[in-house]
Amino acid sequence: MITQWFFTHVDRRGGIVIALLVAIAFLVPLSNLLLPETSPLHIPTYLVSLIGKYLTYALLAVALDLVWGFCGILSLGHGAFFALGGYAMGMYLMRQIGPRGVYADPVLPDFMIFLNWKELPWFWYGFDNFWFAALMVVLVPGALAFGFGWLAFRSRVTGVYLSIITQALTYALLLAFFRNDMGFGGNNGLTDFKDILGFNIQAGTTRSMLFAATALFLALAVFVSSFIIRSKLGKVLVGVRDAESRMRFLGYRVDRYKLFVWTISAMMAGIAGALYVPQVGIINPSEFEPANSIEAVIWVAVGGRGTIIGPIIGAVLVNFGKTYFTAAFPEIWLFALGALFIIVTLFLPKGILGLYGSWRTKLADRAARKKDSAPPPVAAENVHLPEPQAAE
Amino acid sequence: MKAQDTLLYLDGVSVSFDGFRAINNLSLVLQTGEMRAIIGPNGAGKTTMMDIITGKTKPDAGDVYFNGEVDLTRHDEAEIALLGIGRKFQKPTVFESHTVEDNLVLALSGPRSAFSALFHKQSANEAERIEDILYTIRLNGKRDWLAANLSHGQKQWLEIGMLLAQDPKLLLVDEPVAGMTDAETAETAKLLREIAKTRSVLVVEHDMHFVRELDVKVTCLHEGSVLAEGSLDFVSNDQRVIEVYLGR
Repeated sequence: MITQWFFTHVDRRGGIVIALLVAIAFLVPLSNLLLPETSPLHIPTYLVSLIGKYLTYALLAVALDLVWGFCGILSLGHGAFFALGGYAMGMYLMRQIGPRGVYADPVLPDFMIFLNWKELPWFWYGFDNFWFAALMVVLVPGALAFGFGWLAFRSRVTGVYLSIITQALTYALLLAFFRNDMGFGGNNGLTDFKDILGFNIQAGTTRSMLFAATALFLALAVFVSSFIIRSKLGKVLVGVRDAESRMRFLGYRVDRYKLFVWTISAMMAGIAGALYVPQVGIINPSEFEPANSIEAVIWVAVGGRGTIIGPIIGAVLVNFGKTYFTAAFPEIWLFALGALFIIVTLFLPKGILGLYGSWRTKLADRAARKKDSAPPPVAAENVHLPEPQAAE
Repeated sequence: MKAQDTLLYLDGVSVSFDGFRAINNLSLVLQTGEMRAIIGPNGAGKTTMMDIITGKTKPDAGDVYFNGEVDLTRHDEAEIALLGIGRKFQKPTVFESHTVEDNLVLALSGPRSAFSALFHKQSANEAERIEDILYTIRLNGKRDWLAANLSHGQKQWLEIGMLLAQDPKLLLVDEPVAGMTDAETAETAKLLREIAKTRSVLVVEHDMHFVRELDVKVTCLHEGSVLAEGSLDFVSNDQRVIEVYLGR
């Protein structure tokens, strides 16, 4: 029953990826915690956290793909939702420090004492409770996305103009969060975390659990995305991407559909940010940098937009590359990233997964020709994406 | 004439773009169940007229009534579509990365809210209607094809099929046979005549052979207003119409 329900909403590829993610959610922590360090299968804690970080990026990429790949909304500011989710988590972690800070104030975080503040600002209330913070992780990015989307989509701002506004949105937040008066720690941001839900944040077990949570949330995001895309709503979204006015003349309120998927996507990005912060141990305004959001777009493009799981591959591969290159040849990383984007745009318009898709179609084609019967033009879902158009 | 008894009623409609009067004091009446062909040279305002009827463009002046009572100038595209006005574009506009069947599924009349779409399950009745339409538009063998792989004429038919699925009272059809072969053109005329048995149709077309095959009342537009109206023979013998088409 449940498996049947599951497979009506997820295709085979999605099912495999979900199964893999659930598997590593268990296996990686087990290997880290139970195997002796000398074992070749032992995964050291630093690597667990590193992969965990990549998976939070992958979650952000899946969120971005949902709006860009399937609905044609190219967001150059998804990093803003990611960072907001991260700040909500960071605020909880700050409140957990309690009297263990340098100034040992039981309520006020260190940076507030440093600024000579006497009491906690109102918007910090409630963040000592994990569940309140968890709620804010989705509500704050969701509310911002809803308000922003409501204005933008109703006014029919599309294409490049929308992309530019999303870029401005994240840049405005960057500037705002740099200010000490905002009450989020200024340019230092929030750091020096001690524990999460009572567990020491530096401990190997906690790190493994954070990793497991990230992998499970990523699996959930793949499921939610598949559910949406395989529903009639998903078909409407693809219709909006390909022929927006046709959709409108069919009687669909295009702005509401966009708003729905945009808000869901922002919430996913918020969760990604919240999982990112405890694993890297800091959140500061640089997370709002427009360049971060653009990098996320590159992950999606490299992996294959409009494929749900391509972005996971893209995010992990590009970030492995980044980790390696920035250590080995720090001066050429940005050139490599730029070159990668150009190569993907020119030669792999459908990304790595699209390459795999066209390779499979070719094989099927050849097999069909061998049988001497015309190949039916039935195409696997989403393989025949139109060429990416920046302005659409 | 009174607006009450008509399906579509345009009276004294004008609209300008940057000082250019695209539609100039246009009046046009369409009865329920009527099929009408609109002809006119380029820039006569045919497409702009459709934009006004479907809510894409708001007129500067004049009345536009649907079904005798609904003021179309107060509604947007989605609302007007739901009122029962379907529109076919000049360039075939179908969802290329969807299959033929999914194109019809999306067009099929029914609830249009995001939540109903998220949990939508196809009913037997809907499946049957799609089957009917696939047959009507002669695409029943190609239901699993991606719309992108259809020929130009087939895309035009698919779009007409999508209009049928919408189940509108009035169909606006913009140059349905542009780029079609002669055989496809004849076939399309047949299809439209079939459709016109159960609903009202407004066809904009350049192709005179096609208009002749439709065999309906013709309205000739020129510079944003009606130049002549009547049977095709009557209109094509009108001295002003000849002037407009052949140049002064």
